[in-house]
Amino acid sequence: MSAIAMPLPDATIIARREEVAAGLRRILGDAHVIDAEDERRAYETDALTAYRAVPLAVALPSTTEEVAEVLAFLGALRVKVIPRGAGTSLSGGALPTEDAVVVGLGRMNRILSIDYDNRVARVQAGVTNINITNAVSGNGFFYAPDPSSQLACTIAGNIAMNSGGAHCLKYGVTTNNVLGLRIVLIDGTILDIGGDALDAPGLDLLGLVIGSEGQFGIVTEATVRILRGPEGARPMLMGFASAEAAGACVAAIIGSGIVPVAIEYMDRPAIKVCEAFAKAGYPLDVEALLIIEVEGSEGEIEDLIGRIRAIAAPFDPTATRVSRSEAESAAIWKGRKAAFGAMGRIADYICMDGVIPTGRLPEVLNGVAKIGERYGLAIANIFHAGDGNLHPLVLFNANDPVELHKAEDAGADILRLCVEVGGCLTGEHGVGVEKRELMVDQFDPVDLAAQMRVKSVFDPAWLLNPAKVFPLAGRPVPAA
Amino acid sequence: MSEEQAILTPGDEAELAAIIADAAAARRPLAVEGGGALRGLGRPLQAAATLSTRRLTGVTLYEPTELVVSARAGTPLAEVENLLAGERQRLAFEPPDWRALYGSDGVPTVGGVAAANLSGPRRITAGAARDSLIGLRFVDGRGEVVKNGGRVMKNVTGYDLVKFLAGSYGTLAVMSEVTFKVQPMPEVEATLVLQGLDDRRAIAALAAGLGSPYGVTGAAHVPAQNGTPARTLLRLDGFTASVDYRLGRLAEDLVDFGSAARIEAAPSAALWKSIRDLSVFASPAGVPVWRVSVRPGDGPSVAEAARKSFACRVLYDWGGGLVWIAGGDGPDAGASVIRPAARAAGGYATLARAPEPLRAANDVFDPPASALMALTRRLKDTFDPAGILNPGRMYAGV
Repeated sequence: MSAIAMPLPDATIIARREEVAAGLRRILGDAHVIDAEDERRAYETDALTAYRAVPLAVALPSTTEEVAEVLAFLGALRVKVIPRGAGTSLSGGALPTEDAVVVGLGRMNRILSIDYDNRVARVQAGVTNINITNAVSGNGFFYAPDPSSQLACTIAGNIAMNSGGAHCLKYGVTTNNVLGLRIVLIDGTILDIGGDALDAPGLDLLGLVIGSEGQFGIVTEATVRILRGPEGARPMLMGFASAEAAGACVAAIIGSGIVPVAIEYMDRPAIKVCEAFAKAGYPLDVEALLIIEVEGSEGEIEDLIGRIRAIAAPFDPTATRVSRSEAESAAIWKGRKAAFGAMGRIADYICMDGVIPTGRLPEVLNGVAKIGERYGLAIANIFHAGDGNLHPLVLFNANDPVELHKAEDAGADILRLCVEVGGCLTGEHGVGVEKRELMVDQFDPVDLAAQMRVKSVFDPAWLLNPAKVFPLAGRPVPAA
Repeated sequence: MSEEQAILTPGDEAELAAIIADAAAARRPLAVEGGGALRGLGRPLQAAATLSTRRLTGVTLYEPTELVVSARAGTPLAEVENLLAGERQRLAFEPPDWRALYGSDGVPTVGGVAAANLSGPRRITAGAARDSLIGLRFVDGRGEVVKNGGRVMKNVTGYDLVKFLAGSYGTLAVMSEVTFKVQPMPEVEATLVLQGLDDRRAIAALAAGLGSPYGVTGAAHVPAQNGTPARTLLRLDGFTASVDYRLGRLAEDLVDFGSAARIEAAPSAALWKSIRDLSVFASPAGVPVWRVSVRPGDGPSVAEAARKSFACRVLYDWGGGLVWIAGGDGPDAGASVIRPAARAAGGYATLARAPEPLRAANDVFDPPASALMALTRRLKDTFDPAGILNPGRMYAGV
């Protein structure tokens, strides 16, 4: 039994499953509607694997027009819709219910145009994050947001969750890197929002749609900014004897006027597991490790590293190592980016995503440790230290239902602590199902009501990804 | 709007909420402003009273090592900028000061730059005001006090109403407190200048600069005017040695566009301030000023269309993606020429300055396509059901 309740599926819709599937087949053809139960089961969960439900059917459109026909058809029948990119959501953003149709964008994975002079690319929303960078890297360009799941995750999912990544300290998150998009509303209306220019006229619907967790419509195309990469980049490692020393060092670097492209923090348990997996040469005898990456020409990199060493000296880094080669840099990042996979080799875990004011790091890490002790669970911490985005990994045994409960409760306590010190529940994973009921810890009812009214403007009957983001209690009555 | 009208100046958020709730109950429209510096921007309003946030002042949070500042909406922009400068920090989006442009004696406020999403030359790489704005407290048209976003750098908790309200010109809600992320001030800046290029060559040079790895933070072009040769400007900033190195490399990369000169820190700062504030367009005051946002490479086509039809002065910013045109004939201020040209260039045009009768008779903001307009109206009705907040400032009824 899972702790977070999903609404009871609507039996009258389930009873009409054949009719719904037949309608979808008429629009998409037999090959692109997944109907058989064993095949639908592949869509029963995402990366929040503790929660599962086999959807009513799965629709795999290949064009915006097909998406529009599918949504108009399902909207008219009052069938719920779960948009899905690659299904890598850690918050249950793509978790279906048994009375809902999953609309997957996997077939819409083409890059439509690349314009280096205007520094934009137009893509179908099912393209993977990494494939945009791969398509432009030959010319020295890249797409900036780089979630850890970037090999698999899609731009559609990135737009839904406003995804970030390790390098967003300098380059921003998804909402700062998208100029336009095409979205299909639940009645089949196709809208073009934003465009090729930096600013769009009228109200900022682009800012509103990005991060709306698939609750406003299905995004089918996007115009994204592509940026010219730096001449070079190099990570350095610094170990510290305490969280306090590492945290003070980060504050001193930023206070000095240097904003590195990334500052990543790992605590001792995280270092140990990542090193065992990636053999990156992480020091094993430190309480805290910083990976700091700087960019520029060889001379600029040398200069910045010298400045950072000098700033760090008073905090007694016990091990400092600067990457000397491409291979070494890749290994250093491999350890960090593979952290979640590495952790999965030793235990099941849930990955939290709170954000804190960076100055509160030592006290929050103490609090997290106490929460771990209280529940009898090990917790490893990975942290985007420059921007305060904390990823505690709560380890547990998935075969023990009591442990899953305990892990979820510990995770919830950690997120409440983040809110208490002035932070928030989620920095880049989204609310999804996972943090839905915690929204009341961050927002007053009036704050939530203002947001839910916007949902009702886009989707009056609450058919799009409805069981997410907002607590199940206190919702408006959907339009008939 | 005449000056004799009542000006309501709440002293705290609760008073602000009470005023709006009363106005909503009475369906009494309010003209919403901060310090009044942007009264000339937008469609003229018919409102019984003006609601100003000018008494909602004061910085409520500043943590330099966390790169964050919060202030009540009516806090003068200069106060926040001075506070940041004391710690060698700044607002990344380089907000303009358009008092001279509008002949205004108002006071630019932090709420005003947020509500109008005003961004300067650094927008091309550092993002717009909306990209720096991370938290808001506001009172919606129901008189309800709402918070969204927060004070941390990354936050995807719930919908992003912060960005939605940035650039909504007070038509959806009245901001009571804004939170911005900030950035360190660089040690030094310098500008590379190419002389005598025509618009298309200039925009190509800017594209090459922005497509280089050297971190250009300003990319503008000032066409030839009254015997002054055209100047194409690329700004770099950072540590001194780094700026020297990158400026040298950039000049080498752009050698096909002619030999480059260098403008040092103080004159460079003055030059970019004049571009940011549109100083050259301040007088004559009656001339319409168009703000055209397009695909950067197609900026020159809009200027060409305008020049063919009427006398005008042009200034390019954002690598050609922002075209300022001072000029425009007739009762539509040149809209019939500029708007189709902007659309053909993948963008749109805003009548940023014009005498009131022209702004009353013409669309100031490009009206969106009909389905988007319908959505816009539904969102307006949701935030401001009585239609009392700056009604008609953006579009008829919005």
